[in-house]
Amino acid sequence: MLQLYYKIFKTGVLTEKVAKQLPSTEQHDTTIEEIGLSLKTVVDKHFRGSLAIRQVDAGSCNGCELEIHALNNVYYDVERFGIHFVASPRHADVLLVTGPVSRHMEAALRRTYEATPSPKWVVAVGDCGVCGGEFGISYASCGAVHNVIPVDFTIAGCPPTPLALLQGLLTLCNKR
Amino acid sequence: MSHVEYENINLFCKKLETQGINTQLITPSPLAPAQLLEIDASGWGKAAEIAQKDSWRWSGVWAEDRATTFSVYNCLERHGQYLILSCHLPVEQAQLPTQSAIYWAANRPERNIQDLFGIRFENHRDNTRWTRHQAWDENTYPLRLGFPAIGYNTQPTPPDKDYPFLKAHGASVYEIPVGPVHAGIIEPGHFRFLAIGETVLHLEERLGYVHKGIEKIAEGRDPAGLARLAGRVSGDTTVGHTWAACLAMERAAGIETPARAAFIRGILAERERVINHLWDLGALCNDVGFGFGFYQFGRLRELWLRENQNLFGHRLLMDSIIPGGVNTDMSTLAAEQIRKSIIYLRQELTELITIVDNNTSLEDRFLAAGLFTTELASALGALGFVGRASGQSFDVRKDIPYAPYTQLQMRVALEEQGDVASRFWVRYKELRISLSLIEEMLDKLPAGELQTIWQTPVTAATGFAAIEGWRGEILCFVRFANNNKICRYWPRDPSVINWPALEKLTLGNIVPDFPVCNKSVNGSYSGHDL
Repeated sequence: MLQLYYKIFKTGVLTEKVAKQLPSTEQHDTTIEEIGLSLKTVVDKHFRGSLAIRQVDAGSCNGCELEIHALNNVYYDVERFGIHFVASPRHADVLLVTGPVSRHMEAALRRTYEATPSPKWVVAVGDCGVCGGEFGISYASCGAVHNVIPVDFTIAGCPPTPLALLQGLLTLCNKR
Repeated sequence: MSHVEYENINLFCKKLETQGINTQLITPSPLAPAQLLEIDASGWGKAAEIAQKDSWRWSGVWAEDRATTFSVYNCLERHGQYLILSCHLPVEQAQLPTQSAIYWAANRPERNIQDLFGIRFENHRDNTRWTRHQAWDENTYPLRLGFPAIGYNTQPTPPDKDYPFLKAHGASVYEIPVGPVHAGIIEPGHFRFLAIGETVLHLEERLGYVHKGIEKIAEGRDPAGLARLAGRVSGDTTVGHTWAACLAMERAAGIETPARAAFIRGILAERERVINHLWDLGALCNDVGFGFGFYQFGRLRELWLRENQNLFGHRLLMDSIIPGGVNTDMSTLAAEQIRKSIIYLRQELTELITIVDNNTSLEDRFLAAGLFTTELASALGALGFVGRASGQSFDVRKDIPYAPYTQLQMRVALEEQGDVASRFWVRYKELRISLSLIEEMLDKLPAGELQTIWQTPVTAATGFAAIEGWRGEILCFVRFANNNKICRYWPRDPSVINWPALEKLTLGNIVPDFPVCNKSVNGSYSGHDL
């Protein structure tokens, strides 16, 4: 047990303030902290401090999910900006939908949308959700999310990086 | 083919012939390194029976519409030799004896073929639809040649109801339906539990929700297009599936990747394994409420993702493998950086694993939970860490090695106990082995080209490949039409084989332990549903 506490103290706080750990190839010049704080300001003002997101995989390859998950790791720690992921659409302000919508998920996605209380926003995440991506429209896929439910905002990328996700959420909140 | 392998297959042919089944070994094999054996359709079920007695492992079944006939293929493996049985069926009499009575793993893949091709499997004990929910009609088969990829049925797809789940009639038994939309950031699928009190009496999986027609939309693509699609069969196995598809296409085209490209592919694949195992080690801790483990392993994973972005231009390594080679090089500077991060990761892991190992509350949740016996694992032919945690040592990298693994020292992590703890430990050990493999590949990294010039394969050329992805054996079959276009792509993710394991290993556990049981198997939904 002592080792555990020792490890915790030794690891310290890694949550990023500046972009010093960010790879140089990243196209963004703003830092996580800057984006995050702007985001927090908007979330505080319009959402009383907390923005609840329900993530729905409507047919993705799971790549987008991996990056959305990464938002919760210690480096991004998205909860500090007032953003948290919830288990039910009934608790959500935002639906974060990934994938080309597979036809087999079409009804489930509609029902999830209906179960989300208004006012609600739908964000299509990843190239597939934005335009159908590599899969497009087929006998088994409806393509972009907006072909099934109304979409308010899109975050492209295959998959979008955690930073791109944060920037996307900030832009969404600023629009409102 | 070596003498011993030839004897093995010869013996198998003789046994089939004594049962009155005609066989024809196709030489040279168009699916090398696998051998191709054509047999009578009537002997399809009997062949499985004989194969099972000779302990051949069942590894997959797929079909092809060849205009006038259907071809059906069944991949078997024994002692590091792949044998593919094939038979041809007239379109008007598309039926075969089932192999699912002999091989448990054949159940769903056969139903999948039934749903997509309309080939019936006689005496299948569970002859209900599997991949087909409501997106296409009962007597319509998407993978037949005349079926259009786009334009079929643009009406909204109704929800899938009336699926014949097993019903319980006991007074104290109750049902828990879960999904397809789960309560976390996770892929969709449905689980139907029958429980008495807290104990799971029965679990039935219902998948197919993310079926997006990958095999159909592969038709008509060029090799580069197929490689991109393969990279999205399962997002966490992008390297594995792209590699398998590229290797199959390269074999069909008769070209070989340069040695340097093969080594870089190997490094990418091992990095993918490391990242996914780190993620799972953390997630397993999280599922039993041990946040410390979740954050620590997640922290290490993020560092490797960033390194991927830095060195190879993509966090998950998508599209870094291309037909004929790779599109990313390994500079000396990059190699040095990788070595440094390996040393750092090793130190961190040693420290963390001591803490995890000393944590009795973790032990309490992991030990003896989700037990999957060696007998069951062997009967299923369980793959990857699921198989290796239950004593199944098969690893394509070691048993049927391909470049660069032919030049590497391969060790396989093995556990016998088959519980969640074993699957945790096997992952940990595999992770450490991968680190050594990456170092070895960096040591031996040859100089040379990154890509071989692509050659258009002859019309109807076929290729077969098996790659050890991070979840286990990935199979891939491709056939080219004319003009460098793909006419059939069949990827098989190890999840297809491993998903049924979850149904068995959950039994007798309490419902709240399901998440950790599920995570310890970690099947891919997208890779399964295609």
